[in-house]
Amino acid sequence: MATYAAPGDSGSVVAFRPRYDHFIGGEYVPPTGGEYFANPTPVTGAPFTEVARGTAADVDRAVRAAEGAAAAWGRTSPAERAEVLNKIADRIEQNLEAIAVAESWENGKPVRETLAADIPLAIDHFRYFAGAIRAQEGGISQLDADTVAYHFHEPLGVVGQIIPWNFPILMATWKLAPALAAGNTVVLKPAEQTPASIHVLLELIADLIPPGVVNVVNGFGVEAGKPLAQHSGIRKVAFTGETTTGRLIMQYASENIIPVTLELGGKSPNVFFADVADARDAFYDKALEGFAMFALNQGEVCTCPSRALIQSSIYSSFLSDAVERVKKIKQGNPLDTDTMIGAQASNDQLEKILSYIDIGKQEGAKVLTGGERVDLGGELSGGYYVQPTVFEGDNKMRVFQEEIFGPVVAVTRFDDYDDAIKVANDTLYGLGAGVWSRNGNTAFRAGRDIQAGRVWTNCYHAYPAHAAFGGYKQSGIGRENHKMMLDHYQQTKNLLVSYSQNAQGFF
Amino acid sequence: MAVNRVDVTADAADLLRRLAGRHGPLMFHQSGGCCDGSAPMCYPAGEFRTGNADVHLGDLRVDGVGEPIAVWMSAAQFEYWRHTHLTIDVVPGRGSGFSLEAPEGVRFLIRSRLLTEQELVELGEYVRPR
Repeated sequence: MATYAAPGDSGSVVAFRPRYDHFIGGEYVPPTGGEYFANPTPVTGAPFTEVARGTAADVDRAVRAAEGAAAAWGRTSPAERAEVLNKIADRIEQNLEAIAVAESWENGKPVRETLAADIPLAIDHFRYFAGAIRAQEGGISQLDADTVAYHFHEPLGVVGQIIPWNFPILMATWKLAPALAAGNTVVLKPAEQTPASIHVLLELIADLIPPGVVNVVNGFGVEAGKPLAQHSGIRKVAFTGETTTGRLIMQYASENIIPVTLELGGKSPNVFFADVADARDAFYDKALEGFAMFALNQGEVCTCPSRALIQSSIYSSFLSDAVERVKKIKQGNPLDTDTMIGAQASNDQLEKILSYIDIGKQEGAKVLTGGERVDLGGELSGGYYVQPTVFEGDNKMRVFQEEIFGPVVAVTRFDDYDDAIKVANDTLYGLGAGVWSRNGNTAFRAGRDIQAGRVWTNCYHAYPAHAAFGGYKQSGIGRENHKMMLDHYQQTKNLLVSYSQNAQGFF
Repeated sequence: MAVNRVDVTADAADLLRRLAGRHGPLMFHQSGGCCDGSAPMCYPAGEFRTGNADVHLGDLRVDGVGEPIAVWMSAAQFEYWRHTHLTIDVVPGRGSGFSLEAPEGVRFLIRSRLLTEQELVELGEYVRPR
């Protein structure tokens, strides 16, 4: 085991600057309004830097910088853009440890996750889209002997990207890598809960990106996110968040007639069929880990498997083993490499989780383990820690229907296959799901019958660049990752060409 | 006093007075989903376009605020919430989509309790047999 020194302490692998401005046109510029806001770490609750409080004037400046850079960047060859993305990936890889510690300090997540997942995945996403853009081809359709339809991919221009706080760097990468690969320029608004770590990354890669191609405006949603979503200069908005803001973004997009992609969350079922317990072997162990995955990233994942559905015939024994597994989750200092669950990202997030645990208890859901805030003592007393919590109850309860976005799973039982699918689909959302079975036919059918964009089958919480991610139902519109994501950042240009010498014959 | 579905704490009322002073008439729409979701969003009245997919839960009447503050929720979400009473509270926090209070360093939050049988009857709701 090892515990990284806190950023700012001697011996730390990373240091934050005392203040971050906006990054516009390839340089750091102070906010027009001159104001900054304090940024606390969820690990201790203490502020560690301050960040520019952006306003509409800053957004406007950033959009203009992006517009100025759009034509030249859009004309670069796919090979040139791929080279930039590959260099970004290499630079991140060379500084992986520093970025991972910065991300942990910013968000509260355990450093073992940022070292093994967040940052390596970000590296891989840049490399994936570097490859994908070079492999992408347009289309040629020969309509008749003399007429050909050519289909070209063209960049959209300036795109606005509003980033969530749960994976600040990885979610920024999910949006940046395909947008840049496709030849767009970007104005990015990080979440106000996690505005700083992206700048640690940006300072490492700024020299690789032409000025104006990536612009970052910090600030609050209402003051900086909203003017970005409303700006007439952007050609698309990509947003990860929740339903009400998602609807508002669509409303603003309708004013400018531009497309949106929205990822708005879920209440993902994790379905365990009886044959999982046919043997106490490696697969059974894997399934128990799959149950405990609700605690990954403190449950602050849009696809958190926050509803566990267990078949009646194995319900008691499997749940008992699963709760034992959950009790072994080690909670502690996020900078300790042994820590499995760290701090919730903000105080209001902590309060929201506790309020949902409260209504769960009032509705009669039974707490099998956890259910309380944790005081880890010392400096960590000011941090935002919640015990991994297992509720047992009924799918109609609010803890089964709302995304708590904390380390809370609600468990219920099902009798047979049809019952499993009915309960799994009894939700407003359809982002992720898990299916666990030793029977390939059962797993396949369940995967197709569950109304969700991603069904992990005998696994959970894997996020490879090469698999499409996105929601059914109220979980959103569009997809992220996979080369199909390039389409979400491209226009289609059709040249319809006649090679005939003769008139068409109408006039 | 008539039965209501939604209420507001004294702290939240204080904040609403300040926000109304700055932004004029206000509204709430209860969000669902991830990140800043599953929490009430406060906007200038009319900023968020409500429609057939929404339910008007009630109006908050806050002393010192001229216009009642309408509280809305999507109809689909309401089906899972209709048995609970909601109180809008406020806690120290950061970040809230485009909700108005975030720059103040605070965040609106929903506290919930089960509606009593008598309240359910008065609201015309089905009462679950015990």
